Amino acid sequence: MLLPGIILTLIFKYGSMFGIVMAFQDFNIYKGTFLGQEWASDHGFGNFIYVFKMEKFWQAVFNTLLISGIKIILGIIVPLLLAILINEVSKRWFSRFVQTTFFLPFFLSWVILGSILLEMFSYGGIVNTIIESIFGTRIMFFLDNNWFRTLIILSDVWKGMGYNMVIFLAAIMGVDETLFEATEIDGGNRFQQIVHVMLPSIAPVVILVMTLSIGGLLNGGFDQLLVMYNPMVYEGGDIIDTFVYRLGMFGDRQVDVASAVNLAKSVVTIILMGGTYYFAYKKFDYRIF
Amino acid sequence: MKIKKSKGRIVFEVVNYSILAFLAILCIIPFLHLLAVSFSADEFTSKGEVFLIPQGFTMQAYEYLAQKKEFFTALGISVMRTVLGTAISLIVIVMTAYPLSKTDGRFKGRTGFTWFFLITMFLGGGLFATYFLYKQLGLLNNFLVYILPGACDVWFVLMMMNFFRGIPKEIEEAALMDGAGQFTVLFKIYIPLALPSIATIVLFTAIGQWNSWFDGIMFMNDPSKYPLQSYLYTMIVSSDPTKQSGFTLTPEQLEALKNIGGKNLQAAQIFLGILPIALVFPFLQRFFVKGITVGSVKG
Repeated sequence: MLLPGIILTLIFKYGSMFGIVMAFQDFNIYKGTFLGQEWASDHGFGNFIYVFKMEKFWQAVFNTLLISGIKIILGIIVPLLLAILINEVSKRWFSRFVQTTFFLPFFLSWVILGSILLEMFSYGGIVNTIIESIFGTRIMFFLDNNWFRTLIILSDVWKGMGYNMVIFLAAIMGVDETLFEATEIDGGNRFQQIVHVMLPSIAPVVILVMTLSIGGLLNGGFDQLLVMYNPMVYEGGDIIDTFVYRLGMFGDRQVDVASAVNLAKSVVTIILMGGTYYFAYKKFDYRIF
Repeated sequence: MKIKKSKGRIVFEVVNYSILAFLAILCIIPFLHLLAVSFSADEFTSKGEVFLIPQGFTMQAYEYLAQKKEFFTALGISVMRTVLGTAISLIVIVMTAYPLSKTDGRFKGRTGFTWFFLITMFLGGGLFATYFLYKQLGLLNNFLVYILPGACDVWFVLMMMNFFRGIPKEIEEAALMDGAGQFTVLFKIYIPLALPSIATIVLFTAIGQWNSWFDGIMFMNDPSKYPLQSYLYTMIVSSDPTKQSGFTLTPEQLEALKNIGGKNLQAAQIFLGILPIALVFPFLQRFFVKGITVGSVKG
């Protein structure tokens, strides 16, 4: 019964792992496979040395950490606040309505959301018309590095917030109702109940979600950037994945260097994931299998 | 529990409802704006004058779209990959998850097999190794590239496995005692019991298939084989000249780009790309919620 899964995984997942060998080769794309290729210089580490000397690479690493880091933090705080506010809503239909609107973008692709944002936030777009009528100037969201980064981060929070919101709402529902009642008898108001009862009760879930997001620290949102960025904002918006993509796709098509970066990224990610999963297991007894 | 509403509580509720309603409206505006643009004449849109109400109302975009062959070809490919891809994924996921859900005592080597799948979550050859692999396998420009590589998604296997684990062992043991084989147990007992979970996985896989676009761009040279989302992507690239500098497009791709029209046409196509999801989503939301909260936390 396992056979179909094993065959597919062997071919498509293990099959592509020759990319790990590629990282240490001076890869000639016309030969097409990793067989019969020359080894890279410096005992095979030439690709790594080459890319680690590139200023643009470190720019991309910096951008990735900055963008991804803020996305992770806001991606927890915003859904948490929403979940707390929604939990206070007593009208069922209203609660369902806002949940649906907050959750919908999660199920749309970046092509869709990106193209809407590109249109709305363009120089002559509706957002700038509104901004001009209030502040008298227009903002170049897709040319100014800082504005671009802000837009990237906030739009990602918008797309992703419904997911964690659902997790936090479920956690809040699971809090023992008698704890609230006990606080109430002691004279605690609703705000005190939230701060002293609800937040401590759901803290493990929040920390668990945060822990598991750290594994994605080096990602930063490839799909989103590929749709929304342009050469003018590489300085502030280029992340490791987009950098690697262009490296292998255009110009000299340095797919070997791209593979080297990918391997380095995988190693760091494995260490991050290993660490965070170990932490999640020790602290919350969370296991993925 | 009945809460007696104090004055402060009432003020809070008004503020709370207002904040949430404001945010909800903010989240809907982009889509209403898109709809308004699709019905507006381009001269108003390009000046940024269209907000939520169409200016210079026209159905031109939709009329033009009705005859646009490329759009329907792409739509057809999207529907096909969603239906076929989901069906095949589901079969593979269920068949893989079932044996892995057994205890170590029942299925020797279970941990080893689980790791065999898990490793692929953390380690891969990267985009370009994948490209050369597909080239060797003859998957470039081949519809199967949308279906096969992603069929055995490890996350969904893990999710399904956890669902199967929740089913009491005694039911299986009783069936085996009555002489049923493992396939009978799976199809007659486990699958019917796990139907809600299967629905969740079907929905996630189907949406994933519908939304995929990068595989089309990366592994198809021929734009007539693009699914809708990849087609929409080339449309965005073509409408923004600054983006094109970083792209090498084949002559066929450039040719396809020439046929793509103004802003209202773009908006109309994007809107139609959202429509299927927006229509089914409110009804199926509870399955998604269940999948996220019951299954496992997929980050």
